[in-house]
Amino acid sequence: MKLIADKLSVLRDSRPIFAGLSFAVEAGSSLILRGPNGAGKTTLLRLIAGLLPASAGRLLLEGGPAERSVSELCHYVGHLNAIKPTLTVAENARFWQRFLGDGGQHVEDALAAFGLAALSDIPAAYLSAGQKRRLALARVLLAPRAIWLLDEPAAALDQDAEAALSAAVTARLAAGGLVIAATHQPLPWPHAHVLRLGPSARVA
Amino acid sequence: MRAFGELVRRDVLIAWKEGGTLGVALGFYLVVVVLLPLALGPDLSLIARIAPAVLWVAFLLSALLSLGRLFEADFEDGSLDVLATGTLPLEAVVAAKALAHWLTTALPLIALAPVLGLILNLAPQAYGVLVATMLAGTPAVSFLGAIGAALTVRTRRGGLLIGLLLLPLFVPTLIFGIEAIGAALAGADSFAASFLLLIAFSLAATVLAPPAAAAALRFQLQ
Repeated sequence: MKLIADKLSVLRDSRPIFAGLSFAVEAGSSLILRGPNGAGKTTLLRLIAGLLPASAGRLLLEGGPAERSVSELCHYVGHLNAIKPTLTVAENARFWQRFLGDGGQHVEDALAAFGLAALSDIPAAYLSAGQKRRLALARVLLAPRAIWLLDEPAAALDQDAEAALSAAVTARLAAGGLVIAATHQPLPWPHAHVLRLGPSARVA
Repeated sequence: MRAFGELVRRDVLIAWKEGGTLGVALGFYLVVVVLLPLALGPDLSLIARIAPAVLWVAFLLSALLSLGRLFEADFEDGSLDVLATGTLPLEAVVAAKALAHWLTTALPLIALAPVLGLILNLAPQAYGVLVATMLAGTPAVSFLGAIGAALTVRTRRGGLLIGLLLLPLFVPTLIFGIEAIGAALAGADSFAASFLLLIAFSLAATVLAPPAAAAALRFQLQ
């Protein structure tokens, strides 16, 4: 499996966020997006997740299942956590597991992997920022999807949680997955390539 | 299909645990219907005559209050992004959320309507018809309302805007809902026609509104 971006461009109010962006990521490797604020890292992740159309260029998936769109193969963990404060930690996790499809880890295992096992029965409203981030990241373990799109995954995480995230990413890559993350922090992930997004071409 | 059921279940569970949205809708319904007879004075026959219209109009306004939040909460906490990348098409996501709205808001309001009918001196033989017409007609309110909720998901305090956008679409349901009750009370044949039209509007809204709302949401998510 190989994800190929061919001269992608995105316009916002006729202002280019980025233009002519080309890259390729092989299964088993990760791509780290770097660049100053406003360089288009989140925009690129949302584009790959299918939440945003490209104004020019193409996004191709070579060797993926033909009946699924790229969007359906993606886990998108944006900078918002998609957690319902009134539901308990376990209820939040169970909903996403059942909504996103079968075949992932058990809710208890996924929560334990991110150190949330002891908190599973309390309402998510009582979680700290870092714990909410852990719960959002646990989603990638709850349903099996080949491509992970992570936006600032390590924001608010402590060292233990960062290690848990690295372990999950390493396992996914070893299983033939593909991880794309936008971050400002150093992430010690295997087979990582760095894509630098910079100030785009000026408006003519 | 399982994802559809799960989404309905989650929304019902959240509505049950939060309770606030439903409480406001029920409270508003109660206040409007209680204030009207006080304002109109002690003319019992007048109040009885306009009772079906009052109950329907107040129902629409109460439902509009809660429709504004249909997608807003999921949009604000990022859930909508994840719902949009699921295997369930966005059209089905909209349908599931509209169905959950009907179950958690319209059904309790319909259950309250006969009680409020007592306050309005509604004719005894009208209660069954009132509940039947509301059950048949109100799915259109939840599903058409989803279009307005999707269009205003980025708008702060978009609830009133939904009213302006959608009230024209609610007019057929309103007219035939009240007309059906009137016909049933008068023993007229037109009851069947009005009732079937109500069902037709609801069925059409159930089919046509989700694609429209999904298109609006796709645009809003960009």
